[in-house]
Amino acid sequence: MLSAFNFRVIWDYMGLFLQGLWATAWISAIGLAGALLVGIIACMMRISGKKLLSAPAIAYIELIRSTPLLVQLYFFYFGLPSLGIRFTEYQTGIFALSLNSGAYMSEILRAGVQSIPGGQIEAGIAFGLNYLQRLRYIILPQAIGVTIPPMLGQTIVLVKDSALLSLISVFELTRASQILTSERFMPAEGFLTVAVFYLLLYYILKSLSGWWQRHLIHRQA
Amino acid sequence: MWSFYFSQLTDSIPFFLKGLWMTFKISGISLVLGTVLGFCVGIARASKVKPLRYILYVYVDFMRGTPYLVQIFIVFFILPEWGIQLAAFPAAIFSLTLYAGAYICEIVAGGIEAVDAGQTEAAMATGLNRFQRMRYVVMPQAMRTILPPLVGQYVLLIKDSSIVSVIGLTDITRVGWLTVQRIPEGIMVFGLVGILYFSICYPLILLSNWFERRLRAQGG
Repeated sequence: MLSAFNFRVIWDYMGLFLQGLWATAWISAIGLAGALLVGIIACMMRISGKKLLSAPAIAYIELIRSTPLLVQLYFFYFGLPSLGIRFTEYQTGIFALSLNSGAYMSEILRAGVQSIPGGQIEAGIAFGLNYLQRLRYIILPQAIGVTIPPMLGQTIVLVKDSALLSLISVFELTRASQILTSERFMPAEGFLTVAVFYLLLYYILKSLSGWWQRHLIHRQA
Repeated sequence: MWSFYFSQLTDSIPFFLKGLWMTFKISGISLVLGTVLGFCVGIARASKVKPLRYILYVYVDFMRGTPYLVQIFIVFFILPEWGIQLAAFPAAIFSLTLYAGAYICEIVAGGIEAVDAGQTEAAMATGLNRFQRMRYVVMPQAMRTILPPLVGQYVLLIKDSSIVSVIGLTDITRVGWLTVQRIPEGIMVFGLVGILYFSICYPLILLSNWFERRLRAQGG
């Protein structure tokens, strides 16, 4: 079956694949930044202890986690124009991706914050530190260490999820293979090649996570 | 205009229910098959047979490292080139099963490794064979770690089943996509689709949380 595999076509389309890889990389990077921002805000609202703030955060997190990203993507893609908001496909895609991953990031952050013993927070209060100071000097320095590996895990999910943006005609890695398939009708060459590129991104992020975990154990020892 | 569209949408409720049934069928079947596959492969991975472990690493990494969208394209468009012609429905079941199986394999292998090695040794000393050790000693304890993430994985599976709409299966997502061509109110149409998914997934998330709390309380 590999005898039928046309490497020349892959080579011809390498420029397109690399463009797609680059697009996937920057879409994921912006999506990640957005997700972190949304996640931090949602997490702070959720653990604030004030119903008025935590209720909307919980509703947002549960709604996102209980519906597929593809449905969220279509919701914004078909829905925003009828509200009079005109986003480009890129903006819609990155927006949906950030909102989606933000909910998971917020839960990861919350787990990190809650891993810190309550006594430390109380000690901080006793010292007269305000909420922001407690966050900055007690909670975050400790929470960040344990949250990095699950955050990298979520980043892997985000990179893979960005493939769905090809369905609202955003140009990225998966779209590149769809273009090759429609121009030359060679799906094997197209889809297996992008699979290799995704695996490359996956291994980079995975080894980063492994490295951090070893580094963390080292630091604590 | 809005109320006109709304009445049109309520008219197409049966269409949505058909889609819901399709989503149920696809995710239900691949959930059962994926669980069976995942447990078999997970137990195999936790065993110490080297070549088997490496082969399974390749399988799991491929499934976890590539988007499901790419996987379903591979199954649907490439297998026919190699002479394996699958209709959309079996292609969806096949790819979702392989996909879910890889994640469940990791969960199961992790659960088995979390069981103290002394347990297996004690079981060996009592003269239980390999199967009996797994069945009566290791698995019942491993289930405690396996169950909460397993239910979480089912939620992911149901959500990922929305992607099979791209190969033309009329699940709820595709029903929404078809309806929005006719009723150009994306918020309304995909709001309804979202509510349907929510009504399946949210109870499962609550179940997973409940398992986690209950099993943690037992373990502690």
